[in-house]
Amino acid sequence: MFVHNLASPSQVGQGGLTRRWREHVTETEYRARRAMTTFVIRRLMQAVMVLFATSLIVFVAVYAIGDPLEILLPSDASETEKAQVARSLGLDLPLPVQYGRFLWAALHGDFGNSFVYNQPAMTVIFERLPATLELTITALLMSLLIGLPMGLWAGNRPGTMVDESIMTGSILGFSLPNFWQGMMLIMIFAVWLGWLPSTGRGEPGTIFGITTSFASWDGIRHLILPAINLSLGNMAVIIRLTRTGVQETLPLDFVKYARARGLSERRILMVHVMKIILIPIVTVIGIEFGTLVAFAVVTETIFAWPGVGKLIIDSISALDRPVVVAYILVMVTLFIAINLAVDVAYSLLDPRIRSRAT
Amino acid sequence: MTLLRLPGESLIARAGRGIAASPKAAIALVICVLLVLAAIFAPVLAPQNPYDLKEIDIFDAKLPPGTVGYNGMTYLLGTDTQGRDMLSAMLYGLRTSLAVGLTAGVIALAIGTTLGLAAAYFGKWLDTLIMRLVDLMLGFPKILVALMIMVAFGQGTWKVILALVFVQWAFFARTVRAAAMVETGKDYVEAARCLGLSSPRILFHHLLPNCLPPLIIVGTIQVAHAIAAEATLSFLGIGLPITEPSLGLLIANGYHVLLAGLYWMSVFPGLLLLTLIFSINVVGDRLRAVLNPRLAA
Repeated sequence: MFVHNLASPSQVGQGGLTRRWREHVTETEYRARRAMTTFVIRRLMQAVMVLFATSLIVFVAVYAIGDPLEILLPSDASETEKAQVARSLGLDLPLPVQYGRFLWAALHGDFGNSFVYNQPAMTVIFERLPATLELTITALLMSLLIGLPMGLWAGNRPGTMVDESIMTGSILGFSLPNFWQGMMLIMIFAVWLGWLPSTGRGEPGTIFGITTSFASWDGIRHLILPAINLSLGNMAVIIRLTRTGVQETLPLDFVKYARARGLSERRILMVHVMKIILIPIVTVIGIEFGTLVAFAVVTETIFAWPGVGKLIIDSISALDRPVVVAYILVMVTLFIAINLAVDVAYSLLDPRIRSRAT
Repeated sequence: MTLLRLPGESLIARAGRGIAASPKAAIALVICVLLVLAAIFAPVLAPQNPYDLKEIDIFDAKLPPGTVGYNGMTYLLGTDTQGRDMLSAMLYGLRTSLAVGLTAGVIALAIGTTLGLAAAYFGKWLDTLIMRLVDLMLGFPKILVALMIMVAFGQGTWKVILALVFVQWAFFARTVRAAAMVETGKDYVEAARCLGLSSPRILFHHLLPNCLPPLIIVGTIQVAHAIAAEATLSFLGIGLPITEPSLGLLIANGYHVLLAGLYWMSVFPGLLLLTLIFSINVVGDRLRAVLNPRLAA
């Protein structure tokens, strides 16, 4: 499409100009691509440094929280038994040596065996990750499917009762303490009304060889309350963002021209305005997804959802060091990846960011 | 929505006028003030001292709201599993929640403001360093960072405050830097520099007063966030110690008996927490509409 447009001068017989146009395009394109590559490589190097720093901080910090031997062994264990277990876990070595061994193993994806589950820490985490992702993605979709229309509605009628109620409702949405809101959902829908189960994941079904809650009615029933719990705060953010976007876009000239052309209000809002406001929303979705994964810790604890969030809280109280360390590093890696993806997406949507980065 | 700035009107007067013009915000502000007063005077207002073992009776445990106990006292909001009066426990919990949230907010504000002003005023490598740190902090969800800090340092009141400060300073730094960047280019800063005033003096006496509006907005909202974050950490069992139960910890205690139908132990402290956070946020939202220089222009 670009080539066609830019080469159009050839149609009026200016061959020389066509070639120069083409060269110009290739040069710009080349520079833009090189800038993009430099940008991505630079961010990747930063990411590796952040990961390395985090691994050091986390290792030292988690080493300080307590003695796993006290948890693992009965209180009447003899000194020789203690020394034996300490040696088998490598806890008797000096701290720098332990860190060196930890880092080397971590580079191979080995964070040691969980003290509690007696399985590799990474295996324990990856077994529970699908449950968390399922919950998070459902919550994200729900907040978008409800938040976007509400924001459009409020933004299109500023100052009316509808706008006032939706905006006050959204303040209420992010003021509601997540954990308490979840408990109220349990109290109303599980204890009083008895409509939905309060805890656990139920019997997930299997579809195309993947075990997921979406594949069975029992699974979906168990998913509803946790997903509502997780999505409400996020929904409030999306509503506010959409409303601001609509209000900033509606006075722009292109909306006036669209009206002048006789397009219906619905079409202007749903197609033309939507295109503009989706840019900030798409970039926010990355960050919000991360926030949801983190807040899944709270939701999973309340609803006994067997994901990584519940695992980390259990592991903290059980002083299960390898799992805590592996969880934090998996999360940090996830967030670095999300931030990188958001930055790249943003620089693709807005070239000004890219030129500043070089 | 936005108010015209009257000549010679102080910032606080303008904020006050803006809040008074909105009944919703005015009610929210009154509720905030009442809750702060209730927290300060909790020992006077509470029917019993919930942490004096002589005053509580285990036989009065798990009484529903409105029950008269063995000692002839009426428990308006019921009692908890230890026989404590819920109303008293909530007033003391409100005290802890507010104290932790405000302390964390003020410390984060001081640190973030200083760093943000310094980044904007000195620029160059200091700006790059501080803003890189800010970007890094804002790239991670607050709850995860707070969780990591609590894992590292263990439970405790000051450790919770440390964790909250750690996750919040970046918001203040970013806000103040953005405002100060605009201000540093103005003539009065140049004039102050020509007079040979010291950098701290220029930063805090000349720049800071002109960066206040966005700082007040962010400060209000961050206090609400701090209170909510502390409650969440305490609920997860990695926040405040059991000896200083905040509203979050009271709700956590109520969680264990919720499925048995003993709703009052978690519903009432939760409603109080919600009222507190909601009213602060409503006031903050109104302040944003009134004080935002971009909207007011």
